[in-house]
Amino acid sequence: MDTSRRRVLQLLGLSAAALSAPPVLDALAAGPPAAEPKIGTAKEALTAKQWAMVIDTRQFKKEDDVLPLIEACHKIHNVPKIDFKRWEIKWIWSTHFEHAFTGTTSTRFISEEIAHRPFLVLCNHCENPPCVRACPTKATFKRPSDGIVMMDFHRCIGCRFCMAACPFGARSFNYRDPRPFVKETNQLFPTRMKGVVEKCNFCNERLAEGKLPACVEASAGKLKFGDLFDEKSEVRELIKTNFTIRRKVNLGTEPAVYYIV
Amino acid sequence: MNDKKWIITGLVVFLIIVLFPFWYNRGKAVPPPEIKLTDKAKAAKECVLSKEYMKAEHMQILDLWREVVVREGQRIYTNPKGKSFVMSLSNTCLDCHSNKADFCDKCHNYASVRPYCWDCHIEPPKEKS
Ligand code: SF4
Ligand code: SF4
Ligand code: SF4
Repeated sequence: MDTSRRRVLQLLGLSAAALSAPPVLDALAAGPPAAEPKIGTAKEALTAKQWAMVIDTRQFKKEDDVLPLIEACHKIHNVPKIDFKRWEIKWIWSTHFEHAFTGTTSTRFISEEIAHRPFLVLCNHCENPPCVRACPTKATFKRPSDGIVMMDFHRCIGCRFCMAACPFGARSFNYRDPRPFVKETNQLFPTRMKGVVEKCNFCNERLAEGKLPACVEASAGKLKFGDLFDEKSEVRELIKTNFTIRRKVNLGTEPAVYYIV
Repeated sequence: MNDKKWIITGLVVFLIIVLFPFWYNRGKAVPPPEIKLTDKAKAAKECVLSKEYMKAEHMQILDLWREVVVREGQRIYTNPKGKSFVMSLSNTCLDCHSNKADFCDKCHNYASVRPYCWDCHIEPPKEKS
């Protein structure tokens, strides 16, 4: 057949005209369900511009005071208990003043009482998080809606750049399959797998259901949780009326965990 | 042109190797998997979306759910019929389809796909039988 340029153009034009006829267009555009599914949050979900925590360390005297809080967190999040230090996984733990606040305040010649007080440390959900900048896959990201520094375990490739970037040691790497080390599994929350990093998630799964973080709930008022950017919030009130310190503020990450000393 | 016989032999051997699986499995069709529904799933009549859609595209919806839950913090899915679901593999999908071995695994094994969901997400505890 002698197909001239003109003929091809004619055919193209014709098919375009045919395709744009209403019935054809409708058939092409008709996806499976007619109405669109909707995606949203639960009514009872707690929201904030930047979640923050205030820890009243004056109310923690000895190790026994912090253990129930750590236990509460690690239990509901299926955090494995591995005794071998190098493989240890922790979301929240306690440390001494001199370790928590080196570079923040003077730790020389401090009172005996403060030197022995347990200080709870966890991810600070920094306003300006270096871990997020270091992550090559965006597996670690700062949620714009409420400032939580989240981890998407589906994406984490285990490169550990975030661990090198975090100045607080808030992150742990799964050197082993964590499952055998989780004694009682919480069926409602996933575990992790070998080769991913994990850390505190500010209990975003609980906030979504209108519940406060597990450690806050277990603390009987010693930990407070709220919106840092709402000047009427309880955390802002506490920060205003008490002297608070934060870890390594000189680094400019703007931690969102405040300590009343 | 003295290599003719080698070339022919080579070709024959090649063909035998390539066609062996077809010959070996001739006339044998693996029966398609029969999945079992739990009573709860039967009672619900319809899944999140239509059965046909879920059969073919459930991975798309799971992918959407994972994305919006983890990255956007949105956890409630309302289907076109107005029914709402918490977007959760372990807690919503497997609440009805609690028989993973007779449901998910049946087709996945048949199609030889190995989703790695269960490396982290927890399967419902096995029913004692
Ligand atoms: S404490 Fe570390 S892990 Fe947490 S947001 Fe800050 S830099 Fe990232
Ligand atoms: S280990 Fe995971 S979260 Fe950390 S930087 Fe690498 S990909 Fe990102
Ligand atoms: S906020 Fe939640 S995840 Fe973070 S330490 Fe407390 S209980 Fe654990």
